[in-house]
Amino acid sequence: MKKPSQFDAIVVGAGPSGNACAYTLAKAGLKVLQIERGEYPGSKNVQGAILYANALEQIIPDFRDDAPLERHIIEQRMWLLDETSFVGTHIRSEDYNKPPYNRYTILRAQFDKWFSSKVREAGALLICETTVNHLIMDGDQVVGVQCDRMQGDVYADVVILADGVNSTLARKAGFHGEIKSENVALAVKEILFMPEETIRQRFNIGEESGVVIEMVGRITDGMMGTGFLYTNKESLTIGVGCMLGDFKNNPNRTSPYVLLEQMKRHPAIAPLIEGGEMKEYCAHLIPEGGFHAIPQIYGNGWMIVGDSGGFVNAVHREGSNLAMTTGRLAAETVINAKAASKGYRADSLKAYKTALDDSFVMKDLYKYRDMPKVLHKNPQFFTSYPDMVAQAARTMITVDGVDKKTKEREIFASFRKTRKLTGLVGDAYKLWKAIR
Amino acid sequence: MTAITVNVEEKLFQNRYRVDAGRPHIKIKDADICTNACGSKSCTFVCPASCYKTEGNGNVTLITDGCLECGSCRIICSEHMNVEWEYPRGGHGILFKFG
Ligand SMILES: Cc1cc2nc3c(=O)[nH]c(=O)nc-3n(C[C@H](O)[C@H](O)[C@H](O)COP(=O)(O)OP(=O)(O)OC[C@H]3O[C@@H](n4cnc5c(N)ncnc54)[C@H](O)[C@@H]3O)c2cc1C
Ligand code: SF4
Repeated sequence: MKKPSQFDAIVVGAGPSGNACAYTLAKAGLKVLQIERGEYPGSKNVQGAILYANALEQIIPDFRDDAPLERHIIEQRMWLLDETSFVGTHIRSEDYNKPPYNRYTILRAQFDKWFSSKVREAGALLICETTVNHLIMDGDQVVGVQCDRMQGDVYADVVILADGVNSTLARKAGFHGEIKSENVALAVKEILFMPEETIRQRFNIGEESGVVIEMVGRITDGMMGTGFLYTNKESLTIGVGCMLGDFKNNPNRTSPYVLLEQMKRHPAIAPLIEGGEMKEYCAHLIPEGGFHAIPQIYGNGWMIVGDSGGFVNAVHREGSNLAMTTGRLAAETVINAKAASKGYRADSLKAYKTALDDSFVMKDLYKYRDMPKVLHKNPQFFTSYPDMVAQAARTMITVDGVDKKTKEREIFASFRKTRKLTGLVGDAYKLWKAIR
Repeated sequence: MTAITVNVEEKLFQNRYRVDAGRPHIKIKDADICTNACGSKSCTFVCPASCYKTEGNGNVTLITDGCLECGSCRIICSEHMNVEWEYPRGGHGILFKFG
Protein backbone atom coordinates (compact mmCIF):
# COMPACT_ATOMS: atom_id res chain seq x y z
CA MET A 1 0.00 0.00 0.00
CA LYS A 2 1.52 3.31 -1.05
CA LYS A 3 1.82 5.91 1.72
CA PRO A 4 1.65 9.56 0.75
CA SER A 5 5.08 11.18 0.61
CA GLN A 6 5.71 13.65 3.38
CA PHE A 7 8.87 15.01 1.77
CA ASP A 8 10.35 15.49 -1.67
CA ALA A 9 13.58 13.96 -0.43
CA ILE A 10 15.09 12.33 2.63
CA VAL A 11 18.85 12.57 3.07
CA VAL A 12 20.40 10.08 5.49
CA GLY A 13 23.53 11.49 7.12
CA ALA A 14 24.90 14.96 7.82
CA GLY A 15 28.51 14.56 6.72
CA PRO A 16 29.87 16.58 3.77
CA SER A 17 27.99 14.53 1.17
CA GLY A 18 24.65 14.68 2.98
CA ASN A 19 25.02 18.36 3.79
CA ALA A 20 25.97 19.28 0.22
CA CYS A 21 22.98 17.32 -1.03
CA ALA A 22 20.42 18.62 1.48
CA TYR A 23 21.67 22.18 1.04
CA THR A 24 21.36 22.10 -2.74
CA LEU A 25 17.88 20.54 -2.57
CA ALA A 26 16.58 22.95 0.06
CA LYS A 27 18.05 25.95 -1.70
CA ALA A 28 16.02 24.98 -4.78
CA GLY A 29 12.87 25.00 -2.67
CA LEU A 30 12.36 21.27 -2.24
CA LYS A 31 10.93 19.85 0.97
CA VAL A 32 13.86 18.04 2.56
CA LEU A 33 14.26 15.93 5.67
CA GLN A 34 17.78 15.12 6.81
CA ILE A 35 18.39 12.45 9.46
CA GLU A 36 21.60 12.13 11.46
CA ARG A 37 22.37 9.55 14.11
CA GLY A 38 24.91 11.68 15.99
CA GLU A 39 24.10 14.00 18.87
CA TYR A 40 24.98 16.80 16.45
CA PRO A 41 26.29 16.75 12.87
CA GLY A 42 29.96 15.86 13.06
CA SER A 43 29.85 13.99 16.36
CA LYS A 44 30.39 10.69 14.51
CA ASN A 45 32.78 11.91 11.88
CA VAL A 46 36.52 11.64 11.51
CA GLN A 47 38.87 13.12 8.96
CA GLY A 48 42.56 14.10 8.67
CA ALA A 49 41.46 16.76 7.89
CA ILE A 50 42.20 18.75 4.76
CA LEU A 51 39.33 20.69 3.24
CA TYR A 52 39.68 21.42 -0.47
CA ALA A 53 38.06 24.78 -1.08
CA ASN A 54 36.88 24.24 -4.63
CA ALA A 55 34.14 21.67 -4.01
CA LEU A 56 32.63 23.73 -1.19
CA GLU A 57 32.97 26.96 -3.15
CA GLN A 58 30.65 25.59 -5.80
CA ILE A 59 27.99 25.10 -3.14
CA ILE A 60 28.61 28.00 -0.75
CA PRO A 61 30.82 30.53 -2.57
CA ASP A 62 31.35 32.75 0.49
CA PHE A 63 32.06 29.92 2.96
CA ARG A 64 35.27 31.62 4.06
CA ASP A 65 33.27 34.35 5.79
CA ASP A 66 32.18 32.16 8.67
CA ALA A 67 33.26 28.53 8.25
CA PRO A 68 35.44 27.25 11.10
CA LEU A 69 38.77 26.86 9.28
CA GLU A 70 41.98 26.13 11.14
CA ARG A 71 44.90 27.02 8.83
CA HIS A 72 45.41 27.40 5.09
CA ILE A 73 48.15 25.15 3.76
CA ILE A 74 51.29 26.77 2.43
CA GLU A 75 53.61 23.81 2.63
CA GLN A 76 53.40 20.11 1.90
CA ARG A 77 56.08 17.66 2.97
CA MET A 78 56.41 14.11 1.70
CA TRP A 79 58.55 11.88 3.86
CA LEU A 80 60.01 8.45 3.33
CA LEU A 81 60.96 6.90 6.63
CA ASP A 82 63.06 3.95 7.61
CA GLU A 83 63.56 2.92 11.22
CA THR A 84 65.68 5.86 12.23
CA SER A 85 65.81 8.42 9.43
CA PHE A 86 63.69 10.14 6.88
CA VAL A 87 64.21 11.60 3.44
CA GLY A 88 61.74 14.12 2.23
CA THR A 89 60.63 16.82 -0.08
CA HIS A 90 59.10 20.13 0.88
CA ILE A 91 56.93 22.16 -1.40
CA ARG A 92 56.30 25.59 -0.03
CA SER A 93 55.14 28.52 -2.02
CA GLU A 94 54.17 32.05 -1.25
CA ASP A 95 51.51 31.60 -3.93
CA TYR A 96 49.70 29.32 -1.49
CA ASN A 97 49.77 32.13 1.02
CA LYS A 98 47.52 34.46 -0.97
CA PRO A 99 43.74 34.44 -0.85
CA PRO A 100 41.63 32.79 -2.04
CA TYR A 101 43.31 29.86 -0.36
CA ASN A 102 43.04 26.44 -1.92
CA ARG A 103 43.28 24.06 1.05
CA TYR A 104 42.63 24.31 4.76
CA THR A 105 42.93 22.15 7.83
CA ILE A 106 39.62 21.74 9.66
CA LEU A 107 38.18 19.89 12.66
CA ARG A 108 35.30 17.81 11.39
CA ALA A 109 33.13 18.00 14.51
CA GLN A 110 33.11 21.77 14.16
CA PHE A 111 33.06 22.02 10.39
CA ASP A 112 30.11 19.64 9.96
CA LYS A 113 28.14 21.54 12.59
CA TRP A 114 28.72 24.76 10.67
CA PHE A 115 27.83 23.22 7.29
CA SER A 116 24.68 21.82 8.83
CA SER A 117 23.65 25.25 10.10
CA LYS A 118 23.77 26.43 6.49
CA VAL A 119 21.60 23.51 5.44
CA ARG A 120 18.97 24.46 7.99
CA GLU A 121 19.15 28.12 6.98
CA ALA A 122 18.42 26.96 3.43
CA GLY A 123 15.23 25.39 4.73
CA ALA A 124 15.87 21.68 5.27
CA LEU A 125 14.50 19.97 8.36
CA LEU A 126 17.22 18.21 10.34
CA ILE A 127 16.59 15.53 12.94
CA CYS A 128 19.59 14.38 14.99
CA GLU A 129 20.02 11.55 17.49
CA THR A 130 18.10 9.30 15.13
CA THR A 131 19.48 6.23 13.42
CA VAL A 132 17.79 5.04 10.24
CA ASN A 133 17.45 1.28 10.54
CA HIS A 134 15.90 0.32 7.22
CA LEU A 135 14.66 1.60 3.93
CA ILE A 136 10.95 1.22 3.30
CA MET A 137 10.13 -0.36 -0.04
CA ASP A 138 6.96 -0.41 -2.07
CA GLY A 139 7.69 -3.24 -4.48
CA ASP A 140 11.02 -2.32 -6.01
CA GLN A 141 10.72 1.39 -5.19
CA VAL A 142 12.25 3.02 -2.10
CA VAL A 143 9.50 5.16 -0.57
CA GLY A 144 10.84 6.08 2.83
CA VAL A 145 12.94 5.22 5.86
CA GLN A 146 12.35 3.53 9.17
CA CYS A 147 14.03 5.24 12.15
CA ASP A 148 14.70 4.10 15.68
CA ARG A 149 12.07 6.42 17.11
CA MET A 150 8.46 6.01 18.02
CA GLN A 151 6.40 6.47 14.86
CA GLY A 152 9.69 6.40 13.07
CA ASP A 153 8.48 5.75 9.52
CA VAL A 154 8.87 8.70 7.17
CA TYR A 155 8.02 8.81 3.48
CA ALA A 156 9.55 10.70 0.59
CA ASP A 157 9.72 10.61 -3.21
CA VAL A 158 13.41 9.85 -3.14
CA VAL A 159 15.93 8.78 -0.49
CA ILE A 160 19.59 9.75 -0.73
CA LEU A 161 22.03 7.63 1.21
CA ALA A 162 24.85 9.78 2.56
CA ASP A 163 25.48 7.39 5.41
CA GLY A 164 29.24 7.02 5.11
CA VAL A 165 31.63 4.17 4.52
CA ASN A 166 29.83 1.41 6.42
CA SER A 167 26.65 2.00 4.39
CA THR A 168 24.57 -0.35 6.50
CA LEU A 169 21.36 0.74 4.77
CA ALA A 170 22.40 -0.02 1.20
CA ARG A 171 23.68 -3.41 2.29
CA LYS A 172 20.56 -4.31 4.19
CA ALA A 173 18.47 -3.29 1.19
CA GLY A 174 20.59 -5.56 -0.97
CA PHE A 175 21.92 -2.80 -3.24
CA HIS A 176 25.44 -4.12 -2.80
CA GLY A 177 27.37 -6.63 -0.73
CA GLU A 178 29.74 -6.29 2.19
CA ILE A 179 32.87 -4.18 1.78
CA LYS A 180 35.98 -6.25 1.14
CA SER A 181 38.79 -5.80 3.63
CA GLU A 182 41.24 -5.12 0.79
CA ASN A 183 39.11 -2.19 -0.41
CA VAL A 184 39.06 -0.23 2.79
CA ALA A 185 41.68 1.39 5.01
CA LEU A 186 41.49 1.60 8.78
CA ALA A 187 42.86 4.88 10.09
CA VAL A 188 43.52 5.91 13.66
CA LYS A 189 44.44 9.39 14.77
CA GLU A 190 44.93 11.61 17.76
CA ILE A 191 44.64 15.28 18.33
CA LEU A 192 47.44 16.83 20.35
CA PHE A 193 47.01 20.29 21.79
CA MET A 194 49.87 22.71 22.30
CA PRO A 195 50.34 26.47 22.41
CA GLU A 196 49.86 28.18 19.07
CA GLU A 197 53.25 29.81 19.43
CA THR A 198 54.94 26.40 19.67
CA ILE A 199 53.26 25.24 16.48
CA ARG A 200 54.33 28.38 14.65
CA GLN A 201 57.92 27.99 15.71
CA ARG A 202 58.20 24.28 15.09
CA PHE A 203 56.72 24.47 11.63
CA ASN A 204 58.05 27.88 10.71
CA ILE A 205 54.63 29.29 9.89
CA GLY A 206 52.56 32.39 10.52
CA GLU A 207 49.38 32.90 12.46
CA GLU A 208 47.05 31.38 9.88
CA SER A 209 49.24 29.35 7.57
CA GLY A 210 49.85 25.64 7.99
CA VAL A 211 51.85 22.59 6.99
CA VAL A 212 50.86 19.05 6.06
CA ILE A 213 53.22 16.10 6.22
CA GLU A 214 52.44 12.81 4.44
CA MET A 215 54.60 9.81 5.27
CA VAL A 216 55.34 6.36 3.90
CA GLY A 217 57.77 3.71 5.02
CA ARG A 218 58.56 1.60 8.01
CA ILE A 219 55.96 3.38 10.10
CA THR A 220 53.30 1.10 8.58
CA ASP A 221 55.05 -2.12 9.54
CA GLY A 222 55.10 -3.46 6.00
CA MET A 223 51.44 -2.74 5.37
CA MET A 224 50.04 -0.64 2.54
CA GLY A 225 49.30 2.69 4.13
CA THR A 226 50.46 6.16 5.04
CA GLY A 227 50.95 8.39 8.04
CA PHE A 228 49.99 12.03 8.31
CA LEU A 229 50.67 15.03 10.50
CA TYR A 230 48.66 18.21 10.04
CA THR A 231 48.84 21.56 11.78
CA ASN A 232 45.66 23.04 13.19
CA LYS A 233 45.36 26.36 14.96
CA GLU A 234 46.25 25.15 18.45
CA SER A 235 46.67 21.45 17.87
CA LEU A 236 48.30 18.84 15.68
CA THR A 237 46.53 15.92 14.12
CA ILE A 238 48.62 12.80 13.82
CA GLY A 239 47.41 9.55 12.35
CA VAL A 240 48.13 6.47 10.32
CA GLY A 241 45.95 4.37 8.05
CA CYS A 242 46.57 0.99 6.43
CA MET A 243 44.47 -1.38 4.39
CA LEU A 244 42.21 -3.34 6.71
CA GLY A 245 43.12 -6.62 5.01
CA ASP A 246 46.79 -5.88 5.73
CA PHE A 247 46.06 -5.36 9.42
CA LYS A 248 44.21 -8.64 9.47
CA ASN A 249 46.99 -10.57 7.71
CA ASN A 250 49.96 -8.88 9.35
CA PRO A 251 52.14 -11.66 10.81
CA ASN A 252 53.20 -9.30 13.62
CA ARG A 253 49.55 -8.86 14.61
CA THR A 254 50.23 -5.17 15.13
CA SER A 255 47.33 -3.22 16.57
CA PRO A 256 46.46 0.15 15.06
CA TYR A 257 47.19 1.99 18.31
CA VAL A 258 50.61 0.33 18.56
CA LEU A 259 51.37 1.48 15.04
CA LEU A 260 50.37 5.03 15.94
CA GLU A 261 52.41 5.00 19.13
CA GLN A 262 55.49 3.69 17.31
CA MET A 263 55.06 6.38 14.71
CA LYS A 264 54.85 9.06 17.39
CA ARG A 265 58.17 7.84 18.76
CA HIS A 266 59.98 7.98 15.43
CA PRO A 267 62.95 10.33 15.80
CA ALA A 268 61.73 12.42 12.85
CA ILE A 269 58.29 12.91 14.40
CA ALA A 270 58.78 12.90 18.17
CA PRO A 271 60.34 16.37 18.41
CA LEU A 272 57.49 17.91 16.39
CA ILE A 273 54.78 16.61 18.70
CA GLU A 274 56.64 16.80 21.97
CA GLY A 275 54.60 18.19 24.84
CA GLY A 276 51.33 17.86 22.93
CA GLU A 277 48.38 17.05 25.13
CA MET A 278 46.27 14.23 23.69
CA LYS A 279 42.58 15.16 23.84
CA GLU A 280 40.95 12.62 21.56
CA TYR A 281 41.61 9.27 19.93
CA CYS A 282 39.58 8.37 16.84
CA ALA A 283 39.28 5.57 14.33
CA HIS A 284 37.44 5.43 11.02
CA LEU A 285 37.40 3.50 7.76
CA ILE A 286 38.24 5.04 4.39
CA PRO A 287 36.87 3.38 1.25
CA GLU A 288 40.02 3.12 -0.86
CA GLY A 289 39.03 0.51 -3.43
CA GLY A 290 38.68 3.22 -6.07
CA PHE A 291 36.99 2.94 -9.45
CA HIS A 292 36.56 -0.84 -9.51
CA ALA A 293 34.95 -0.91 -6.06
CA ILE A 294 32.19 1.61 -6.78
CA PRO A 295 28.79 -0.07 -6.40
CA GLN A 296 25.53 0.64 -8.18
CA ILE A 297 24.75 4.18 -7.03
CA TYR A 298 21.18 4.78 -8.12
CA GLY A 299 17.96 2.83 -8.47
CA ASN A 300 14.23 3.20 -8.09
CA GLY A 301 13.79 6.00 -5.57
CA TRP A 302 17.35 5.97 -4.24
CA MET A 303 20.82 7.35 -4.81
CA ILE A 304 24.13 6.88 -3.00
CA VAL A 305 26.62 9.71 -2.42
CA GLY A 306 30.01 10.17 -0.73
CA ASP A 307 31.85 7.44 1.16
CA SER A 308 28.77 5.25 1.06
CA GLY A 309 29.47 4.89 -2.67
CA GLY A 310 33.24 4.59 -2.19
CA PHE A 311 34.01 8.02 -3.64
CA VAL A 312 37.54 8.53 -2.33
CA ASN A 313 40.68 9.25 -4.32
CA ALA A 314 43.22 7.48 -2.12
CA VAL A 315 46.22 8.51 -4.21
CA HIS A 316 45.59 12.18 -3.54
CA ARG A 317 43.93 11.71 -0.16
CA GLU A 318 40.77 13.39 -1.36
CA GLY A 319 37.40 12.35 0.00
CA SER A 320 35.38 15.19 1.42
CA ASN A 321 35.50 17.07 -1.87
CA LEU A 322 34.26 14.04 -3.79
CA ALA A 323 31.59 13.64 -1.11
CA MET A 324 30.39 17.20 -1.56
CA THR A 325 30.46 16.97 -5.34
CA THR A 326 28.52 13.70 -5.48
CA GLY A 327 26.01 15.14 -3.00
CA ARG A 328 25.53 18.23 -5.12
CA LEU A 329 25.16 16.28 -8.37
CA ALA A 330 22.63 13.90 -6.82
CA ALA A 331 20.62 16.89 -5.60
CA GLU A 332 20.70 18.51 -9.03
CA THR A 333 19.41 15.26 -10.52
CA VAL A 334 16.44 15.28 -8.15
CA ILE A 335 15.74 18.96 -8.84
CA ASN A 336 15.73 18.32 -12.59
CA ALA A 337 13.59 15.20 -12.25
CA LYS A 338 11.04 17.14 -10.24
CA ALA A 339 11.01 20.07 -12.63
CA ALA A 340 10.46 17.74 -15.56
CA SER A 341 7.92 15.62 -13.62
CA LYS A 342 9.88 12.61 -14.75
CA GLY A 343 9.43 10.62 -11.57
CA TYR A 344 12.16 8.98 -9.54
CA ARG A 345 12.66 5.62 -11.17
CA ALA A 346 16.15 4.44 -12.09
CA ASP A 347 15.76 5.63 -15.67
CA SER A 348 15.35 9.22 -14.54
CA LEU A 349 17.92 9.09 -11.70
CA LYS A 350 20.47 7.69 -14.13
CA ALA A 351 21.28 11.32 -14.96
CA TYR A 352 23.22 11.37 -11.68
CA LYS A 353 25.68 8.78 -12.97
CA THR A 354 26.02 10.62 -16.28
CA ALA A 355 26.81 13.88 -14.45
CA LEU A 356 29.36 12.08 -12.28
CA ASP A 357 31.05 10.52 -15.31
CA ASP A 358 31.47 14.02 -16.72
CA SER A 359 32.95 15.40 -13.51
CA PHE A 360 36.45 15.22 -12.01
CA VAL A 361 35.13 12.57 -9.61
CA MET A 362 34.88 9.69 -12.07
CA LYS A 363 37.63 11.00 -14.32
CA ASP A 364 40.12 10.95 -11.46
CA LEU A 365 38.95 7.62 -10.09
CA TYR A 366 39.23 6.14 -13.57
CA LYS A 367 42.73 7.53 -14.02
CA TYR A 368 43.94 5.78 -10.87
CA ARG A 369 41.84 2.65 -11.33
CA ASP A 370 44.82 0.27 -11.23
CA MET A 371 46.69 1.96 -8.43
CA PRO A 372 45.28 -0.04 -5.49
CA LYS A 373 46.15 -3.31 -7.22
CA VAL A 374 49.68 -2.25 -8.13
CA LEU A 375 50.49 -1.01 -4.64
CA HIS A 376 48.94 -3.99 -2.99
CA LYS A 377 50.82 -6.53 -5.06
CA ASN A 378 54.09 -4.71 -4.42
CA PRO A 379 54.58 -4.12 -0.70
CA GLN A 380 58.15 -2.99 -1.35
CA PHE A 381 56.75 0.48 -1.99
CA PHE A 382 56.12 0.63 1.75
CA THR A 383 59.14 -1.27 3.01
CA SER A 384 62.36 -1.71 1.08
CA TYR A 385 62.00 1.36 -1.14
CA PRO A 386 61.78 3.92 1.64
CA ASP A 387 64.60 2.05 3.37
CA MET A 388 66.71 2.13 0.23
CA VAL A 389 66.18 5.80 -0.38
CA ALA A 390 66.86 6.74 3.23
CA GLN A 391 69.98 4.61 3.34
CA ALA A 392 71.23 5.96 0.04
CA ALA A 393 70.78 9.52 1.18
CA ARG A 394 72.50 8.76 4.44
CA THR A 395 75.43 7.11 2.71
CA MET A 396 75.93 10.01 0.30
CA ILE A 397 75.73 12.65 2.98
CA THR A 398 77.88 10.98 5.61
CA VAL A 399 81.43 12.37 5.34
CA ASP A 400 83.68 9.53 6.35
CA GLY A 401 86.67 9.53 4.04
CA VAL A 402 85.06 7.21 1.48
CA ASP A 403 84.99 8.73 -2.00
CA LYS A 404 81.60 9.46 -3.58
CA LYS A 405 82.11 7.15 -6.52
CA THR A 406 82.61 4.19 -4.20
CA LYS A 407 79.54 5.25 -2.25
CA GLU A 408 77.46 5.34 -5.39
CA ARG A 409 78.62 1.86 -6.23
CA GLU A 410 77.71 0.67 -2.73
CA ILE A 411 74.27 2.22 -2.93
CA PHE A 412 73.61 0.66 -6.29
CA ALA A 413 74.79 -2.72 -5.05
CA SER A 414 72.49 -2.47 -2.06
CA PHE A 415 69.58 -1.46 -4.29
CA ARG A 416 70.18 -4.56 -6.35
CA LYS A 417 70.52 -6.71 -3.31
CA THR A 418 67.19 -5.48 -1.98
CA ARG A 419 65.41 -5.83 -5.24
CA LYS A 420 66.72 -7.17 -8.52
CA LEU A 421 67.21 -4.61 -11.24
CA THR A 422 64.44 -6.10 -13.36
CA GLY A 423 62.19 -5.78 -10.34
CA LEU A 424 63.10 -2.14 -9.90
CA VAL A 425 62.48 -1.30 -13.51
CA GLY A 426 59.26 -3.32 -13.51
CA ASP A 427 58.01 -1.52 -10.42
CA ALA A 428 58.77 1.86 -11.86
CA TYR A 429 56.88 0.91 -15.00
CA LYS A 430 53.88 -0.44 -13.06
CA LEU A 431 53.71 2.68 -10.95
CA TRP A 432 54.04 4.91 -13.97
CA LYS A 433 51.28 3.04 -15.77
CA ALA A 434 49.00 3.27 -12.77
CA ILE A 435 49.36 7.02 -12.29
CA ARG A 436 49.78 8.02 -15.92
CA MET B 1 59.98 -3.07 14.73
CA THR B 2 60.34 -3.49 18.45
CA ALA B 3 56.91 -4.09 19.87
CA ILE B 4 55.71 -1.70 22.51
CA THR B 5 52.71 -1.97 24.76
CA VAL B 6 50.03 0.68 24.64
CA ASN B 7 47.33 1.33 27.18
CA VAL B 8 44.27 1.81 24.97
CA GLU B 9 41.93 2.44 27.87
CA GLU B 10 43.97 5.52 28.69
CA LYS B 11 43.45 6.81 25.17
CA LEU B 12 39.73 6.06 25.18
CA PHE B 13 39.47 7.85 28.49
CA GLN B 14 39.98 11.13 26.63
CA ASN B 15 36.92 10.48 24.49
CA ARG B 16 33.31 11.39 25.20
CA TYR B 17 30.74 8.59 25.10
CA ARG B 18 27.07 8.21 25.84
CA VAL B 19 26.85 4.50 26.49
CA ASP B 20 23.51 2.85 25.85
CA ALA B 21 23.69 0.79 29.03
CA GLY B 22 22.59 -2.81 28.64
CA ARG B 23 22.08 -2.47 24.87
CA PRO B 24 25.35 -3.34 23.15
CA HIS B 25 25.16 -2.49 19.44
CA ILE B 26 27.61 -5.22 18.42
CA LYS B 27 27.29 -8.86 19.34
CA ILE B 28 29.24 -12.05 18.80
CA LYS B 29 26.66 -14.32 17.20
CA ASP B 30 28.01 -17.66 18.37
CA ALA B 31 30.75 -17.73 21.02
CA ASP B 32 31.58 -21.30 20.09
CA ILE B 33 32.78 -20.28 16.64
CA CYS B 34 35.32 -17.86 18.14
CA THR B 35 36.59 -20.45 20.59
CA ASN B 36 36.74 -23.47 18.34
CA ALA B 37 36.58 -22.54 14.66
CA CYS B 38 38.51 -19.26 14.39
CA GLY B 39 42.27 -19.62 14.40
CA SER B 40 43.37 -16.04 13.81
CA LYS B 41 40.99 -14.16 16.13
CA SER B 42 42.04 -11.05 14.26
CA CYS B 43 39.37 -8.93 15.98
CA THR B 44 41.44 -9.12 19.14
CA PHE B 45 44.29 -7.11 17.65
CA VAL B 46 42.67 -5.19 14.77
CA CYS B 47 39.94 -3.45 16.78
CA PRO B 48 41.32 0.06 17.41
CA ALA B 49 39.46 0.28 20.72
CA SER B 50 40.52 -3.17 21.90
CA CYS B 51 36.91 -4.19 22.52
CA TYR B 52 37.66 -7.86 21.80
CA LYS B 53 39.86 -9.84 24.14
CA THR B 54 41.01 -13.45 24.17
CA GLU B 55 40.87 -15.36 27.37
CA GLY B 56 43.17 -18.18 28.43
CA ASN B 57 40.71 -20.85 27.35
CA GLY B 58 40.44 -19.47 23.82
CA ASN B 59 37.14 -17.66 24.34
CA VAL B 60 36.71 -14.20 22.88
CA THR B 61 34.91 -11.57 24.91
CA LEU B 62 33.43 -8.33 23.59
CA ILE B 63 32.74 -5.16 25.56
CA THR B 64 31.50 -2.37 23.32
CA ASP B 65 31.63 0.58 25.73
CA GLY B 66 34.76 2.08 24.16
CA CYS B 67 33.76 1.27 20.57
CA LEU B 68 34.75 3.90 18.00
CA GLU B 69 32.11 2.63 15.55
CA CYS B 70 34.60 2.08 12.75
CA GLY B 71 33.11 -1.15 11.37
CA SER B 72 36.40 -3.06 11.11
CA CYS B 73 35.39 -6.03 13.24
CA ARG B 74 32.39 -6.76 11.04
CA ILE B 75 34.41 -6.66 7.83
CA ILE B 76 37.40 -8.70 8.99
CA CYS B 77 35.18 -11.48 10.31
CA SER B 78 34.42 -12.41 6.69
CA GLU B 79 35.31 -16.07 7.06
CA HIS B 80 32.88 -16.82 9.88
CA MET B 81 30.56 -13.78 9.66
CA ASN B 82 30.15 -14.08 13.38
CA VAL B 83 29.74 -10.38 14.20
CA GLU B 84 26.28 -8.85 14.38
CA TRP B 85 26.94 -5.20 13.77
CA GLU B 86 24.61 -2.21 14.04
CA TYR B 87 25.10 1.44 14.83
CA PRO B 88 24.08 2.39 18.37
CA ARG B 89 20.68 3.95 18.89
CA GLY B 90 20.57 7.57 17.75
CA GLY B 91 22.50 9.91 20.05
CA HIS B 92 24.40 7.09 21.78
CA GLY B 93 27.94 5.81 21.47
CA ILE B 94 31.07 7.80 20.69
CA LEU B 95 30.69 11.60 20.51
CA PHE B 96 33.70 13.13 18.83
CA LYS B 97 34.60 16.62 20.00
CA PHE B 98 37.11 17.25 17.23
CA GLY B 99 36.90 14.25 14.86
C1 LIG C 1 41.56 9.52 9.05
C2 LIG C 1 40.92 10.09 7.82
C3 LIG C 1 41.54 11.10 7.14
C4 LIG C 1 40.94 11.67 6.04
N1 LIG C 1 41.54 12.75 5.47
C5 LIG C 1 40.91 13.40 4.48
C6 LIG C 1 41.42 14.64 4.03
O1 LIG C 1 42.42 15.14 4.54
N2 LIG C 1 40.75 15.30 3.04
C7 LIG C 1 39.59 14.79 2.52
O2 LIG C 1 39.01 15.44 1.64
N3 LIG C 1 39.09 13.62 2.93
C8 LIG C 1 39.70 12.92 3.91
N4 LIG C 1 39.15 11.77 4.39
C9 LIG C 1 37.92 11.23 3.76
C10 LIG C 1 36.68 11.99 4.21
O3 LIG C 1 36.63 12.04 5.60
C11 LIG C 1 35.42 11.30 3.70
O4 LIG C 1 35.54 11.05 2.33
C12 LIG C 1 34.16 12.13 3.94
O5 LIG C 1 33.97 12.36 5.31
C13 LIG C 1 32.94 11.44 3.39
O6 LIG C 1 31.79 12.19 3.68
P1 LIG C 1 30.38 11.50 3.75
O7 LIG C 1 29.40 12.60 4.01
O8 LIG C 1 30.15 10.67 2.55
O9 LIG C 1 30.43 10.50 4.97
P2 LIG C 1 30.63 10.80 6.56
O10 LIG C 1 31.42 12.03 6.74
O11 LIG C 1 31.10 9.53 7.10
O12 LIG C 1 29.14 11.08 7.04
C14 LIG C 1 28.17 10.07 7.15
C15 LIG C 1 27.12 10.56 8.12
O13 LIG C 1 25.99 9.70 8.12
C16 LIG C 1 25.58 9.44 9.45
N5 LIG C 1 24.92 8.13 9.44
C17 LIG C 1 25.45 6.94 9.04
N6 LIG C 1 24.53 5.96 9.09
C18 LIG C 1 23.38 6.54 9.53
C19 LIG C 1 22.09 6.03 9.80
N7 LIG C 1 21.79 4.75 9.59
N8 LIG C 1 21.15 6.89 10.26
C20 LIG C 1 21.44 8.19 10.46
N9 LIG C 1 22.66 8.74 10.22
C21 LIG C 1 23.62 7.91 9.76
C22 LIG C 1 26.87 9.47 10.24
O14 LIG C 1 26.63 9.70 11.60
C23 LIG C 1 27.63 10.60 9.56
O15 LIG C 1 27.34 11.85 10.10
C24 LIG C 1 39.72 11.16 5.53
C25 LIG C 1 39.10 10.12 6.19
C26 LIG C 1 39.66 9.59 7.34
C27 LIG C 1 38.94 8.51 8.07
S1 SF4 D 1 33.36 -1.12 15.32
FE1 SF4 D 1 35.59 -0.72 15.38
S2 SF4 D 1 35.95 0.07 17.43
FE2 SF4 D 1 33.91 -0.87 17.49
S3 SF4 D 1 34.27 -2.97 18.20
FE3 SF4 D 1 34.31 -3.05 15.95
S4 SF4 D 1 36.49 -2.79 15.40
FE4 SF4 D 1 36.26 -2.15 17.54
